Amino acid sequence: MRIPCPICGERDRREFYYQGDALALNRPDPDAGDAVWNDYIHNRDNPAGVTSDLWHHEAGCSNWLVVTRNTVTHEVLGAELASKVKGEQR
Amino acid sequence: MRLSDYGQIDRGNAVSFRFDGKTYGGFQGDTLASALLANDVRLVARSFKYHRPRGILSAGSEEPNAIVTVGSGVHQDPNVRATVQEIYNGFEANSQNRWPSLKYDLLSVNDLMAPFLSAGFYYKTFMWPRAFWEKLYEPVIRRAAGLGALSGNPNEDTYERAFAHCDVLVIGAGPAGLWAAYQLAQTGLDVILADEDFRMGGRLNSEADQIGGKPAADWAAEIVAKLDQMDNVRLMTRTTVTGAYDGGTYGAVERVSHHMNDRGGDCPLETFWRIHAKRAVLAAGALERTIGYANNDRPGIMQAGAVRSYLHRYGVATGKRVVVFGNNDNAFRTAHDLSAAGVEVAAYVDARADAAIEGNFPIYRGAHVTDTKGRLGLSSVQITDGGRNHSIAADCLAVSGGWNPTVHMTCHMNGRPTWNETIVSFVPTAGSIPGMSVVGSAAGHMSTAACFESAQYIAARVAGDLGKATPSDPLPTAENAAYAIEPLWAVPGKARAWLDYQNDVTVKDIKQAAQENFRSVEHMKRYTTQGMATDQGKNSNVAALALLADTTGRGIPETGTTTFRPPYSPVAIAAMGGEARGMGFAPERFTTAHAVAKEMAAPMIEAGLWYRPSYFPEHGETSWRQSCDREVLMVRENVGVCDVSTLGKIDIQGKDAAKLLDFIYTNMFSTLNIGRVRYGLMLREDGHVMDDGTTARLGETTM
Repeated sequence: MRIPCPICGERDRREFYYQGDALALNRPDPDAGDAVWNDYIHNRDNPAGVTSDLWHHEAGCSNWLVVTRNTVTHEVLGAELASKVKGEQR
Repeated sequence: MRLSDYGQIDRGNAVSFRFDGKTYGGFQGDTLASALLANDVRLVARSFKYHRPRGILSAGSEEPNAIVTVGSGVHQDPNVRATVQEIYNGFEANSQNRWPSLKYDLLSVNDLMAPFLSAGFYYKTFMWPRAFWEKLYEPVIRRAAGLGALSGNPNEDTYERAFAHCDVLVIGAGPAGLWAAYQLAQTGLDVILADEDFRMGGRLNSEADQIGGKPAADWAAEIVAKLDQMDNVRLMTRTTVTGAYDGGTYGAVERVSHHMNDRGGDCPLETFWRIHAKRAVLAAGALERTIGYANNDRPGIMQAGAVRSYLHRYGVATGKRVVVFGNNDNAFRTAHDLSAAGVEVAAYVDARADAAIEGNFPIYRGAHVTDTKGRLGLSSVQITDGGRNHSIAADCLAVSGGWNPTVHMTCHMNGRPTWNETIVSFVPTAGSIPGMSVVGSAAGHMSTAACFESAQYIAARVAGDLGKATPSDPLPTAENAAYAIEPLWAVPGKARAWLDYQNDVTVKDIKQAAQENFRSVEHMKRYTTQGMATDQGKNSNVAALALLADTTGRGIPETGTTTFRPPYSPVAIAAMGGEARGMGFAPERFTTAHAVAKEMAAPMIEAGLWYRPSYFPEHGETSWRQSCDREVLMVRENVGVCDVSTLGKIDIQGKDAAKLLDFIYTNMFSTLNIGRVRYGLMLREDGHVMDDGTTARLGETTM
């Protein structure tokens, strides 16, 4: 598996540390209520298809990335800086 | 027997080696198999289950029979295929799975008990009492049915892991692979050409063909020399590409120093490569298959293509009187080439009644080999020819059941091959591996000219895809013979006929599996162990599933193949581990106070890779509890010093430094005074404890 880091270029996945679903970028408001927080903390989609997750380029530029990939074909569709993705959400 | 006018061996470099304690002579460029055959050694192994005498079947990595142990002591290397192992001065190998000797193996009694040892016998026989399985049955079976053994000592050889990157990886250096690599290299693309053999050229080194008016092997050597001169080409011999993985990544194992007598030192024994390629061209060729008939496993019975390999490449006649048996035009080549070399061809037996062939040796059309004789080596062949039976004296029987394109790599990402009626074989399904194209006989092209043509076509497309101009060399002229074949998987008969030589699976076992309702190809495989040995059934799987298809009344495409998984051929776990063992796996990290702590006899505790003193015992203390009680009391009543310099340190700076710590810790840090230290506890968002630590405030905005 190869991840196209926006800073370093395409690299072997062994350079990266996998964190989990990119959902972590959408933390609910502290007052959002138990149901929303429960959903955020415990419930994850398990899609057969496109998914986004957070990877840390541990042995590279040390940036956090949002990697989009297909769980069926194992194709890596792209990677963006997590800071950029978060910035665009604001 | 060695022939003087044949072979690509280096006759100026004689080599002396030992097999089962006896000294033999060979040449540089010989494999153990070719050197043994040159010395008329036919018996080289015992089979796995029945301990049947076995010889050399093939001339490549697909070998199921000729499995030996190389070297001794800590360097002892079991289950090495004699057909790929090169010999050198001082080389030593021993046969395995026999006692007391290869010729007189006591466990060949298993062969007499064959009626009780058919498919699934251990599932039925060793059921009760349950506790006996682990303690009695399994150890006994394992001892009786065996492969070679390790020395039992730690491995002293070095192994390496390495990475390579290229535009195009060409897998296999036969006619198609060489031509594709040569065309692509001329466009300036970075090309890696990998081949499992120590001499590139594939079948070109094993046939009497002419390419562009030159002997095929010379033509191949010229192309290899040209590629070798190019800076954008990396030639990797003795390198088996073992698997295709996601994103254009390929695994490959390079046997770096298996062919040297001074192994060790700076040179690793093997290197495991991860090769990343924008595109790949699979030119893995084809593997010949056998035919089932009674006693088809005797030493001296070989694949027809292998007999040509030993003749043309190694200058070895595999017998004095040879019978050739086949169901396709390719088998006839063996009879023709042997006859031209002055070896007596006792009979050419073709299963096809209408085979259009001629030769100055006895030819039997529409005939079958039905049985063979010879206890430790072939002595005669029984054939049936339109109801007439003949017994023909022979010391070698060359057999061709047709050729299977080497589709393995195209199936590593869940692809399934497609059945092709014309060549009676499975061929790769297009697009099975993203970025990989298949050329040559691996794609089902059965003549050399067709191999070149497919290589040219694919090279042009790959070059175009990578933004390069189309290479424009004219195609080399080569044979374009037809490949006519009529399916023949097994000759009818009651006696045992072998399919999987290594695991001793017979035609009867396959039929029995079907009768006992193990009708799925995957169930048949596991019930009979067909294709589950180290050769993975490379020359027998297709025949086995064809017989299963016949028995169950389904077609071959409906029956399908079992799953091809990496690695293509066996890879030592040590090669994948590389340097990551012992200190290379877990280095020891010592603090600056380590020597002092050792001097004070402090027991060490591992914290990650660090070694930290657990406590400091004082004179007269006999248990850890006494030391710890004293140390705790000291800290409670006075003061103690703890060296936590091994822990990670994080420097947090900025106006929100304290705010960040308030967020990630359960307790407050914004109230911490400058120059003070506070302990804190970190929780995950779901409330589980994640970590703890101490934080010092160095300034208003520095923690």
